[in-house]
Amino acid sequence: MTALVAKFRHVLGALALFALTATTCPGMEQQPNSVDPTASAVKEDQLLQRFKTIQGRGSIPDIKSYTVEQPAGRDWRRFHEVTLRIIGSVAIIGMLVMLVVFYLARGMMRLESGRSGRTIVRFNAAERFVHWMTASCFIMLALSGLNITFGKPLLLPLMSPEAFTAWSEWAKYAHNYLSFPFTLGVVLIFLMWLGGNIPNRVDIEWLRRGGGIVGHDHPPAERFNAGQKLIYWIVVLGGAVMAVSGYALIFPFYGTTIEAMQNAEIIHGVVAMLFIAAMLGHIYIGTIGMEGAFEAMGRGTVDINWAREHHNLWLAEEEAARRKGVPPAQATPAAGE
Amino acid sequence: MARMKFLCDADRCIECNACVTACKNEHEVPWGINRRRVVTINDGEPGERSVSMACMHCTDAPCQAVCPVNAFYTTADGVVLHSKDICIGCGYCFYACPFGAPQYPRVGNFGSRGKMDKCTYCAGGPEPDGSAAEYEKYGANRLAEGKLPLCAEMCSTKSLLAGDGEVIADIYNQRVAKRGYGSGAWGWKTAYREGTTS
Repeated sequence: MTALVAKFRHVLGALALFALTATTCPGMEQQPNSVDPTASAVKEDQLLQRFKTIQGRGSIPDIKSYTVEQPAGRDWRRFHEVTLRIIGSVAIIGMLVMLVVFYLARGMMRLESGRSGRTIVRFNAAERFVHWMTASCFIMLALSGLNITFGKPLLLPLMSPEAFTAWSEWAKYAHNYLSFPFTLGVVLIFLMWLGGNIPNRVDIEWLRRGGGIVGHDHPPAERFNAGQKLIYWIVVLGGAVMAVSGYALIFPFYGTTIEAMQNAEIIHGVVAMLFIAAMLGHIYIGTIGMEGAFEAMGRGTVDINWAREHHNLWLAEEEAARRKGVPPAQATPAAGE
Repeated sequence: MARMKFLCDADRCIECNACVTACKNEHEVPWGINRRRVVTINDGEPGERSVSMACMHCTDAPCQAVCPVNAFYTTADGVVLHSKDICIGCGYCFYACPFGAPQYPRVGNFGSRGKMDKCTYCAGGPEPDGSAAEYEKYGANRLAEGKLPLCAEMCSTKSLLAGDGEVIADIYNQRVAKRGYGSGAWGWKTAYREGTTS
């Protein structure tokens, strides 16, 4: 009996031992045939859903090469190749069509009271120098900039690829270097004419009467009317945006990322197209749009009758200053405001 | 005609940088320019992955589309090449490239970046195949000699594959099927608008 009990205890012990090993090593039977080391691995799709770019660490000093992928380049491409061309075409061709239609309908705005033969200084030599420096830079910047957007479809088919490259490379250098005198000109314009370009009550009346653009109305105006003030602020603010976005592109990766440069190029392109369209309007009214207007910035003097028709309040101030014995040449820039 | 592609099997890349070195040496790439680089994502953390990246020779390449002077061309093999004689160094391809492939000798002031340089898939440039002028501007033209890009040829773990897109996708898919996992062909959806299985 005791022997049977002892035998039973042995069997029981063996069973207990088996049960113990079975419970302590549960993985032995459940171990899969292959391990999935990618369970915790980074996934491209997940990263691209969470971030705009995939970044990591590299072993070369070029930090920007640590960005492996930035699919946003595709969106920027669509902007540059499609959207910007549409914006540019609509703005520039639209403005040109408007100007042609307006010219055919209205013609040149004549000096209604004829010429008096007496002139008054409107812009002194320094003012004209700053204007023409900025203007000539602007024209070069506009043409070389438009070449980047429209040169490939419009100009390249007309010349050999080598000639187009030679022109485009010079245009690029001109664009980069002329940005400096242009920016200086914008700064000087801002300081020089700020006093005369603060909007005031006279502008409301001028705008209410449509500036006399249609009909033969001549609403009162000081040295700069509301339309000229608008041009002034377009040049100052537009020029500032162009300069900031442009220098971000001229100096790549100076505190900017690739995304910031893509955005800078978008802003630079869109503002440039609107800027060019606005300046076409400015060139029109300053040349064939109005009799006697070009003289103001050309020779620097305007006919007294022109001043009376277009800037009567300014003329009155000038004449009052002259009666006090202040030479008009000195009275013009500062006292005109 | 084959459609040449690169495929980096990130589950095999051990970040040895041999591809980078091979590329630099084969083409005498100047200092400061790296046509290929290895980037480690989540470095030092569980699940880190290294990816060897260069120009992916995209389908409908964005660099080619945005280039204002049409310096790029795609060969019959689907390799995206460019002419340094036509390039004006404007940098637009760098803004458009999803993979940061275009390099400039001088990422310098006043936009004087110099002529763009990038991976040529060891296929040179527009000059006659194997000419001295081609080698000086673009490096060796291995493809014209019937050889594949050196980076992939000498990859020690065969992580980086180069060759016809369908062939290397098959190789990769067989690996995934056999080992039971795969973190995907990095960059393929962006470059070719398709994965390895489509």
